Amino acid sequence: MKLTLRVWRQKNADADGAMSTYEVDGVSPDMSFLEMLDTLNEELILKGEDPVAFDHDCREGICGACSLVINGDAHGPERTTTCQLHMRSFRDGDTLDIEPWRASAFPVIKDLVVDRSAFDRIIQAGGYITAPTGSAPEAHATPVPKPDADLAFEHAECIGCGACVAACPNGAAMLFTSAKVNHLNVLPQGAPERETRVLDMVAQMDEEGFGGCTLAGECATACPKGIPLTSITSMNKEWLRATRKVAKR
Amino acid sequence: MALATRTDRRPSLARTVWDSSVGKKAVMAVSGIVMLLYLVVHMIGNLKIFFGPGEFDHYAHWLRTLGEPFMHYEWTLWLIRVVLVAAVVAHAVSAYQLSRRDLRARPSKYVHKKARASYATRTMRWGGVILGLFIVWHLLDLTTGTVHSGGFQEGHPYQNVVDTFSTWYGNVVYLVAMLALGLHVRHGFFSAAQTLGAGSRTRNRALRAVADVLALLLTAGFVAVPVGVMTGVVS
Amino acid sequence: MTDYVTYPTGAPVCDTKAPSGPVHERWDKRRFEAKLVNPANRRKHTVIVVGTGLAGGSAGATLAEQGYHVVQFCYQDSPRRAHSIAAQGGINAAKNYRNDGDSVHRLFYDTVKGGDFRARESNVHRLAQISVEIIDQCVAQGVPFAREYGGLLDTRSFGGVQVSRTFYARGQTGQQLLLGAYQALSRQIAAGGVELHPRTEMLDLIVVDGRARGIVARDLVTGAVSTYFADAVVLASGGYGNVFHLSTNAMNSNATAVWRAHRRGAYFANPCFTQIHPTCIPRTGDHQSKLTLMSESLRNDGRIWVPRAKGDTRPPHEIPEDERDYYLERIYPSFGNLVPRDIASRAAKNVCDEGRGVGPGGQGVYLDFADAIRRMGRAAVEAKYGNLFDMYQRITDEDPYRVPMRIYPAVHYTMGGLWVDYDLQTTVPGLFAIGEANFSDHGANRLGASALMQGLADGYFVLPATLNDYLARNPRLDPVDDEHPVVQEALAETEDRLHLLLSVDGDRTPDSFHREVGELMWEFCGMARTEAGLRKALERIPQIRAEFWRRIKVPGTGEEFNQSLEKANRIVDYLELAELMCLDALHRAESCGGHFREESQTPDGEAARRDEEFSYAAAWEFTGTGQAPVLHKEDLVFEYVHPTQRSYA
Repeated sequence: MKLTLRVWRQKNADADGAMSTYEVDGVSPDMSFLEMLDTLNEELILKGEDPVAFDHDCREGICGACSLVINGDAHGPERTTTCQLHMRSFRDGDTLDIEPWRASAFPVIKDLVVDRSAFDRIIQAGGYITAPTGSAPEAHATPVPKPDADLAFEHAECIGCGACVAACPNGAAMLFTSAKVNHLNVLPQGAPERETRVLDMVAQMDEEGFGGCTLAGECATACPKGIPLTSITSMNKEWLRATRKVAKR
Repeated sequence: MALATRTDRRPSLARTVWDSSVGKKAVMAVSGIVMLLYLVVHMIGNLKIFFGPGEFDHYAHWLRTLGEPFMHYEWTLWLIRVVLVAAVVAHAVSAYQLSRRDLRARPSKYVHKKARASYATRTMRWGGVILGLFIVWHLLDLTTGTVHSGGFQEGHPYQNVVDTFSTWYGNVVYLVAMLALGLHVRHGFFSAAQTLGAGSRTRNRALRAVADVLALLLTAGFVAVPVGVMTGVVS
Repeated sequence: MTDYVTYPTGAPVCDTKAPSGPVHERWDKRRFEAKLVNPANRRKHTVIVVGTGLAGGSAGATLAEQGYHVVQFCYQDSPRRAHSIAAQGGINAAKNYRNDGDSVHRLFYDTVKGGDFRARESNVHRLAQISVEIIDQCVAQGVPFAREYGGLLDTRSFGGVQVSRTFYARGQTGQQLLLGAYQALSRQIAAGGVELHPRTEMLDLIVVDGRARGIVARDLVTGAVSTYFADAVVLASGGYGNVFHLSTNAMNSNATAVWRAHRRGAYFANPCFTQIHPTCIPRTGDHQSKLTLMSESLRNDGRIWVPRAKGDTRPPHEIPEDERDYYLERIYPSFGNLVPRDIASRAAKNVCDEGRGVGPGGQGVYLDFADAIRRMGRAAVEAKYGNLFDMYQRITDEDPYRVPMRIYPAVHYTMGGLWVDYDLQTTVPGLFAIGEANFSDHGANRLGASALMQGLADGYFVLPATLNDYLARNPRLDPVDDEHPVVQEALAETEDRLHLLLSVDGDRTPDSFHREVGELMWEFCGMARTEAGLRKALERIPQIRAEFWRRIKVPGTGEEFNQSLEKANRIVDYLELAELMCLDALHRAESCGGHFREESQTPDGEAARRDEEFSYAAAWEFTGTGQAPVLHKEDLVFEYVHPTQRSYA
């Protein structure tokens, strides 16, 4: 396969960026998208040019590092992570636009690499259960109904890649935040911090400069792990419940 | 070691709600539902025009005497107007502030553009602006009569309505606004339900259906009046 | 090369912290004997933790909870991305919830035996004891383990053991456990107990007056190289499987932290013990950047075969039954397709070496579900393995319901690592190594679902107890700063190395060298090793190293985000570590666990251990690049589990 790539190049956070065009030849349909970029980078290095910087690590769809917008789609045309996207999803002669996640809360570090530490700060604001090491009761002391455990798991699957923010027309982090709120608030272990968790995480989300939800639904469509849009609804409900409960205290 | 990772002192309920993007959305949802309920009543009342000037003008007069003798003449109407103005202001201010936040959150656009959200979703902001402008025109036209086309007659709404829809621009403005209303309600009702936490995987199909039906009925009900005038059913 | 292989043998290395007495009382005894630091004094102590995986994340959270000031590093953009996240199967614990005869002693027994008698009894027993507490801890943190309809935890059997002791969260147990540790760590970051440095990579260890006192690290965004000081340094930087270029490790997992510590005096133990997992998706071409594991559970119902004839290129469905060789069932009639990982891997290599491999390049064998689908029905197979089949189809574009899967072994885990004593302290006082970075608990082979258990045991429970003792015994170390000559030297060395990498301006990319050394290692230090092959590799590695420094090309500068520079710098260390791995493999002229020497096998082709000569852990002391290291032996004593020869025929 022969492809034309138009890649966002930006030297650093302060520099202006622009699209640069590259031709790549001899692309195998079995290559992953990132392996295709690897071959481009090998060529660039030998030509003495700066290779394209992009985040990646596990390359098996679970670490959440890879983060490319391909032809306007976060993680490209398939519902998966960029690292699990294969070139057979494209056709010989295609032109591909490759851009970084775009959101003011995710500033570009270089080329296609963005700073997603805002997500970490949202978790730090309350995305945990206070359970100091050694203090835990016997695991079977609190049974958890299977449907609750399954629901918690479904939300806990979030890999924190940020595709939801990248896809959202408002750059909102609602789906990310709600996934963690729901994971922990569904479980009996998470109940004691249920109200503070949702209030603090939402407050931090706002502080980071993410947009709000207009229910465009793009986030859930882009999510490689299939976190449902209803996750946001559940968080809204938790938030309203928490404001009432806390106001009464 | 017990670590207080967050302060337990929290601002008031109102502050919490207004300062939060989720809270402000709830304000939009509640104010939107208030307006929606009013519109349903308004639309049903409008349909009385098909029963002739007597029936319609009588209904308009009755609105002013609503709640008597407990309420004085027009008190109830003014109460409703105050609530509505508050709802419009709350809705618009929240919308403005949330939109500002949304636009700030995505300062640079993708080079490769792709729009996929539904038309109703994407037109919420402009639709809202159109509706806001329409409300102003509508009040100046049929409540105060300031910009009315014919000779505005206080207490004769039937004739006033017929006058308005006898001009081409009256019809155009109204029809455009009602289409915008339908789209706005279609996304807005569903969105409000989600904001208030009423949605769920099992309930969302029903909510979407209700939103569609509401949007359709409201638009059809309101549009029936100018169509009636244009076709001569109402004259 | 001749210099390098004629290594001297130094004094034996002793685990001076290991308590004596009955094995089940040793951990309690050690904990009681350990000195404690007054809670008010803990915040005066700074501890550096490198890595945020299961071991590092849990250690950082727990140490900060105790009141220590933790300074933590990860090369990723977030602690949540550490490669522990990719573990699929589960985590073992001797809870005996199934009432199927499990116990701490049985888990201990299985682990020592599974490690082919090359692990310490004391450590393994402690691991089995702690396994029970880990599950409690994780459940309290909100880890959504699989549950039964009664609301209690579900378990499954894993890795050929006879009890059902593996707790799991679908196929993402590692992810869920890591997020639990990450969340605990996040809580401490918010509370100010942990100072986190993401996108920062450790490039050297600072040893002052014989003690680990800090690290040199590079900010991967700005390129700034700076120093960080502490009273103790904990390495939780994972394994070194990426020496092989292609492995199931994350692309950026690397050996730099442990190798730099080794160069600064920490002994490296059993470097040749690597685990090769039999069921990975084969490579598709030279562009391959990493390999993906498929859960071992597939072997429960899939049948492994290759064509009987060499070079048979017919598609699988055209090969009649009597022209297929179900080689595992043929060679190991009683265990069949369920033989342990190392045996299944080696058998696959053998048939491929004979020219009977399938798929592109002949590096693959079929894992066929046709019989299972006939027997159980497609729906049952789908219910059991649906997500794995989907993953396979996404990567290969082949439908495993209709076409047999192709699998091939891949490097997956490294049992070797920095030598540590019972306290997880290396031979450099004040330097601790936890998780996959140390060598301690798995001997020559790791059982399935034990890596997660060890990482969390080390981080949540063992290290916090033993580090206390070290800090209590060294309450007031002299302050260190950048002016100290040792620090200046470490900084200068790092900066010189980076500068040199940038200034060679040769004609080969970092990746081309990584590939070259990786392929060499896979060929000669992979699934089956021979003296001749290892000697050949030991001859080649110094040549590659020399070529590297002549021809490497790293674009850009050091003062910016430069992924090529990061990679090249990691390869510098692979080129030294690879040599040590080959030497260790050469010196250990026996077969055990993941280390198979063709010279040492039973008449029926099984691994033959030689306990009289090799019942020890080999701890290597660094003496200089390309110079023969010194071997220090730690004798292994088995009081409770008596060594036997494995047999699966």
